[in-house]
Parts: sequence; C-alpha cells; structure tokens
Amino acid sequence: MLKNRIIPCLDVKNGRVVKGINFVELKDAGDPVEQAKIYSDGGADEICFLDITASNENRDTIIDIVRKTAKECFVPLTVGGGVRTIQNITDLLLAGADKVSINTAAVKDVSFVKEASKKFGSQCIVVAIDAKKVSDNKWEVFTHGGRNKTGIDAVEFAKQVETIGAGEILLTSMDRDGTKSGYDVELLKVITDKTNIPVIASGGVGTLDHLYDGIVKGGASAVLAASIFHYGEYKIKEAKEYLNSKNVSVRL
Amino acid sequence: MNVTIVDYQSGNISSVINSFTEVAKGKVNLAVTSDVNKIKSSDKIVLPGQGSFKSCVDSLNSINGLVDTLKEFAITNKKPLLGICVGLQMFADIGYEEEETKGLGWISGKVSKIDNQKGKFKLPHIGWNEIEIQKVSKIFKDIKNKSHMYFVHSYEFIPEDKSVISATTDYSSKIVCSVEKDNLFGTQFHPEKSDKIGLKIIDNFLKL
Repeated sequence: MLKNRIIPCLDVKNGRVVKGINFVELKDAGDPVEQAKIYSDGGADEICFLDITASNENRDTIIDIVRKTAKECFVPLTVGGGVRTIQNITDLLLAGADKVSINTAAVKDVSFVKEASKKFGSQCIVVAIDAKKVSDNKWEVFTHGGRNKTGIDAVEFAKQVETIGAGEILLTSMDRDGTKSGYDVELLKVITDKTNIPVIASGGVGTLDHLYDGIVKGGASAVLAASIFHYGEYKIKEAKEYLNSKNVSVRL
Repeated sequence: MNVTIVDYQSGNISSVINSFTEVAKGKVNLAVTSDVNKIKSSDKIVLPGQGSFKSCVDSLNSINGLVDTLKEFAITNKKPLLGICVGLQMFADIGYEEEETKGLGWISGKVSKIDNQKGKFKLPHIGWNEIEIQKVSKIFKDIKNKSHMYFVHSYEFIPEDKSVISATTDYSSKIVCSVEKDNLFGTQFHPEKSDKIGLKIIDNFLKL
C-alpha cells in the first residue's frame, strides 16, 4: 500500500537554512545542501526547499543549491518560493527539482497553474495554499508569508486548483505555522475531503503526535515539518518508527 | 559501454541524468541526446518520460527518424532498453491520456487512467509504495520483494500478455509497475528518485 510521506522542509534565505517563528525572527542554522543530504540519508521521503528570499535578484542562489542537492540526494525534491513564471519553473527543473510549489503566483492568476501543468505535467506542479481561519469553518487564502489577505475561500481555491491541473496541494495553516501547537486538523480534514489530489499538511508541528493527527485525523497524504527535525528534536527515523508503532504505514 | 538517455525535449529528465551519472561514475560512458546516430551506436538506451502520454508520443514523433531508430535498436537488434514512467507506458499500442493516442506498440496493451474508486484513491498516485515481484527480472537482482519505490502517475499500463509483468504495486488494484520482455525493461516507478534501492536497479540495468 501507499505509504504516508514525511517531508522535512528547509527554509532557505540567501543560501542559508533558517526557520522562522511565525515568519519573523529568523535563526540561521546551516548549509542547505548538507542538511538535505542528512535528511535524505536519514530516510526522508522527500525534501522540500522553501526559498524565502524569493526576490528576482537571488534566484541564482536557490538554483545553485538545488543543483548541488540534486547531485547528492536521490529522493524527490520540491522547491517553492518566488515561483512566478514558466521560466522560473524551467530553471528549477533543469537544476534538478522534481516538483515546484507555486503560491502567490497561483493566487494572483490561477491560469498560471493551468499553463504550468500543461507544459510540465501535473506531477510536478504543487500549489501551496496559506490559509488562515476567519470564522467557524471558514478559512481564507493569504499570500506573502501570511501578510496579505486575498478574500479567497481556501476550500474553493483548493477545489479550483485541482480542476485546472495541480498535482498536489501543500496546505499551510498560517494560524499554526511556527507555533508548535499542531496542524489545523479541521482545515486539513475539510480540504482532504473536498479534493481528490494528495494534500501535504504543513504548519504547526511540535510533537510526533501532531504528525499522526495530520495523517489520521486530517487525512493528509504527507506531513511536512521544519523545526522539529531541523533543531534535532527528532530524527526522521524516530518520527517514522513512532508513526509505525501507531499503525500508520510509512516507509521504514 | 555507451549508454544513451534519450532527450526528446519532453518533461524534466534532470533527475534521470543525475542518478545515472552517479551510478555510471567511471564505468559507463553516458550520453544525453536525441541524435539518432549516437543512439544507433549505443549499447543501451534509457527512455524517460514525464507529462502526458500524448505529449511524450508527440515529442518523440517530432524528432525526425527517432521512433524508427528506437524501434530498430530495441525490436530489430534487441538491445537493452529501459523505459521509465511514461517511457514504459509508450511501449503500449495505445494510450488514453488527453485523447486516444497511438503508442510505440512494442508490448501489446493499453494505458488507461487508474480507477480511483469514486475518489477513494487520490490521484496522482504519488509517493512510496511497495513492489510485489511477479517474476525474476534481471533489473531486480538483489532487490527484495516489497521494496519501496517512488511513484508519480495517474495512468497505468495494462499489457495483454501478463507474462511480461515483473512487478505490481497495490493502489486501487494491482497496478503493473515493472515489465520485462526479452531486452525490453520498463518501470512505472522512478528508480532515479527511489533512494539507494532505486540506484541499485539502475546499476543492475547498466551491468546487463
């Protein structure tokens, strides 16, 4: 049977790994290529780079990191942050990324997702949705690292990107990101129920139980986390063994 | 030995190049090209494929003489060829992604959408799944049954002759995930993205 994926995410700024607490107060913690290799050797099912510099001037830095990582890690590599044009995607894929994650550009113009998926195949197009709860059972899409409100309903947007060719949804709860209080399971549940493509849970992991909740209660196909792995609180292997012990099927 | 990865301008083949380069280090001359003369003089061919069945077939056909050269290599001269993902699917007579499209017709069969059982199974089938080995295959040397491989696809190859099936994987039904017919090898999963075990399959192919 298909295994639930554990995806460590490396936030990269100016070529270095950082992890923000609610996207501010960044801590510097290492070389991304080296980190990715440690994760891949440790049993990560996929590696995710999120380029939080994401300015046009710095595109070359992330591309260089992707190129170096892809020569050493032979598990899928997803790269997001500042993906705005078909050329950005081409550059990342040529450097060795397997999937790209599109966030703001998808919200600005959803037809970009369609164009990208038609050109490269939906298998490599991930749409990253940053959502914040606005009232009971209602979540809104935010952009620019949670700063900008869009007025778009997150559930409707998820359904829409599925229809036009997204291969996966990377769903981040902006309420939970950096808080270590667990995924927004309600949000996950509603989106995994209403879409038929895999959903990657993101935002808020502080314990291994949170990973369990994302998969079992939220229905996520994959769980993404940054700081619990990055600061060495848990190894990927420990996370997998824990999930396995609770009858969640993972690749051991 | 000369091994050619066919670059027919369809989809992303960087990962295939990276992994083969890693395994081939110092042992094998690796070329990445669609040059038919280079292909003719190769000992082995790797046919990757990403995107839709139709877009891959169209791209192959758009390069003058490529399909005939591949056919001569694999069918007439019976030299080893490994198809990966849509590269494998194109062995079929026909595919139904986007629209009905004629395949290479090397192994009789069709490529249809995986039955998601009314949404019970999410598509694409993305992630790590166990392979169930169905017969001895040269590329599975030292590969344990139930090894995990990385998959990304929504369509499956259904060959007419079930004896070509070397492995299946369980997702909605028993999906064909590897075939071997004489000198033709194909994997629906991505050995290039399947960690050390995937590199071992590549190594097995290079050592044939």
